[in-house]
Amino acid sequence: MSAGEQALASGDAVPLSLRGPAPTRVIAGYGFWLFLLSDIIIFAALFAAYAVLSGETAGGPTAADLFDKKHVLIETACLLASSVTCGFGSLAVQSGDRTSTYFWMAITFILGATFLCLEVSEFGHMLSIGAGPSRSAFLSAFFTLVGTHGLHVTIGLCWLIVMLLQVATLGFPPMVSRRFFCFGLFWHALDIVWIGVFTIVYLGAHL
Amino acid sequence: MSTEIEAQGKSPGAHVHTHGVRRSYLIGLGYAVVLTLASFWASSTNVIYPPGIPILLGVLAIAQMGVHLVFFLHISSAPDQTNNILALAFGIFVVGLLVFGSMIIMANLNHNMLPMDRLMHLQMQR
Repeated sequence: MSAGEQALASGDAVPLSLRGPAPTRVIAGYGFWLFLLSDIIIFAALFAAYAVLSGETAGGPTAADLFDKKHVLIETACLLASSVTCGFGSLAVQSGDRTSTYFWMAITFILGATFLCLEVSEFGHMLSIGAGPSRSAFLSAFFTLVGTHGLHVTIGLCWLIVMLLQVATLGFPPMVSRRFFCFGLFWHALDIVWIGVFTIVYLGAHL
Repeated sequence: MSTEIEAQGKSPGAHVHTHGVRRSYLIGLGYAVVLTLASFWASSTNVIYPPGIPILLGVLAIAQMGVHLVFFLHISSAPDQTNNILALAFGIFVVGLLVFGSMIIMANLNHNMLPMDRLMHLQMQR
């Protein structure tokens, strides 16, 4: 590598405005990042609704009665672990390694599905004791917020299956690797939303 | 053959060093585990002055979101990330407006409302 090329690679010599169009990956990532931020703003509205309504139990069960901290810790562990395995999976995609892509993404899928099963079983339990979304304003806000997050996880799992089918049929063209990159961003962003959920909804309940 | 196709499709500068990235996921995992356990511990401990716990939980949550942004989403101050950072700053601004604005307005309305029994009394008088 000559000195000129080195300066180019380190990005010092040429000002940003003269470097030509950015790589497609950067542009696609930016577009998807804008989508994620707007998604997070939806969650912010739901968080605001929950924060306002969390005390309005209308004589029904309160947050402290309903939520089990251990259950939430397991859910959090599943989602955090799946975030890391998803990261390893996207590294495998970048290096075009089919076996380890399947391996890490399968683990990501299993952890995400475990999270979803735990959440559905929690919802089922709450419905069975009469603490459904129609019981009080607090429970309506709870089911909307946590349910929307669960819906995002479900969509993410479907997306992951589609991506694995694309790897099986198309291999690793740049298009597929970009889509995997966006999937990784989506999955990590869901984990960030979950930090807000477990702090405000579940840990906040026991204060 | 396959490498040729890949080389054609990749723009210059699209090459990513995978080794350092793997380490960053593991470091991020370490920080995230510590912060998660700390916030679960803080929510049920008697060691900390109780009115301070919500603030501590907030700080731990924001710290963990920062860890996720840096180590998992790889938001950095690199020149090709300038737009991402600007969009993130605007996103945080809107989220703050929405959440704190709603809470302040609703608390204010709540404060200005007549207590329920007096409201009922007023309705009976009519």
